[in-house]
Amino acid sequence: MGSLFTPLSWNDTGFILTGILNTVTISVVAIVVGSILGLIVGFIRSESNKYTNALLGSILDVLRSVPLIIQLILFSTFIGILGYNMNPFVTGSIVLSLYTMAFMSEVFRGGFDSVHGSMEIASRSLGMTYWQTVRYVRFPISLRAIFPSWLGVALSVIKDSALVSVIGYMELLRTSEQLISRTQQPLEILIGVGIFYFVISYPLSLYGKYVERKMAV
Amino acid sequence: MNYEFHWNIVFQKMPELLQGAFVTLHVSVLSMLLGIVLAVLLAIAKMNNIKPFSSIATVWVEIARNTPALFQIYMAYFGLGAFGIHLSPYVAVLVALVFVNAGYLVETFRGGFQSIPTTQYHASKSLGMSSYQVYRYIILPQMFRRIYHPMTNQFVWSILMSSLGILVGMSELSGETQRLQSLSFRTLEFFIVAAFMYYVITKLVLFSAAMISKKLFKGEI
Repeated sequence: MGSLFTPLSWNDTGFILTGILNTVTISVVAIVVGSILGLIVGFIRSESNKYTNALLGSILDVLRSVPLIIQLILFSTFIGILGYNMNPFVTGSIVLSLYTMAFMSEVFRGGFDSVHGSMEIASRSLGMTYWQTVRYVRFPISLRAIFPSWLGVALSVIKDSALVSVIGYMELLRTSEQLISRTQQPLEILIGVGIFYFVISYPLSLYGKYVERKMAV
Repeated sequence: MNYEFHWNIVFQKMPELLQGAFVTLHVSVLSMLLGIVLAVLLAIAKMNNIKPFSSIATVWVEIARNTPALFQIYMAYFGLGAFGIHLSPYVAVLVALVFVNAGYLVETFRGGFQSIPTTQYHASKSLGMSSYQVYRYIILPQMFRRIYHPMTNQFVWSILMSSLGILVGMSELSGETQRLQSLSFRTLEFFIVAAFMYYVITKLVLFSAAMISKKLFKGEI
């Protein structure tokens, strides 16, 4: 008599690969979009006066003080009520990108603020325009300095992307959850999932540490 | 958009939501305390190279840092079942949070400790202080100052991540919200209130941490 559960087999490879691909896709989208938005917002914050800065900061702070999972549920419910039928990938990408933006803007702002004001004065007095100063002096210096922190945020986004499963996006962890409920082999599957995240995250974190150490010297 | 907000039902369920918020705080505080104890032990093992604990510490730290929190919660909830250990949702989330907190705090403690130059130790010794006095009056106060801020952040992180309890049926703030909204179908209202409550909790924690640090460190940080 066959059991109710079917064990894990090679036929599941495609299913798992789709999950991996989806995790990678949504992470890359969130990191790219979040970084671009974070760069813009961070630059605006670093250029604006105290009050605008505080206002922008407190808005972004909401994104960092409410759990991502609540943001995902709220946003997808809200979209549903508005009457749009958005697929989970788009919903997840939007929420995850905004969440990433909140952290990235802080990183970028710190980078821009760390470039000494005398640099800007020096470049301006050499006849560079405002945007030339930004493009050739302030961006290159600050972007290089923040690379390790940027990588840190990017890595945490890859890990946080697992939460998008809650709104039904078939990323790796949700895929594995479904496999678990079918096969009842939680340990093997979860260890596999853990290894995947580890293999992506560990080398990058080592690289971040290496760059940080090299810059410190 | 013709959506009518019904806030009444949310306010009627306020006691249950607050109960959930209490569980959220409860599990995060507990996970932090246990995490600190474990992290101190692991950091000591790692710094003094006590085999095999130092290797355990290294593996622990890297796994905690390089895998998602949700994975760790699933591991505690579903994964340990394979060994015949069946944890309740509360304990599973607690175990996972303790695991991550300890993993992150080991590095915080180690960094804080190593940031104090050993010359200070020798200088204090040569002034006639005993080892206990050196640690009590010179090294630990400075170290505490340096790890205070990262520890606060870790605590806030625990509060936010305990929300993952929703996925294993724990009755903390998000789990409770999920249960209540499924009874009334006022999903949006319930989760807006939950989001607001998380925001307030986080802000209160950060505010009191800032107050305490002002008292403790008298502004010099």
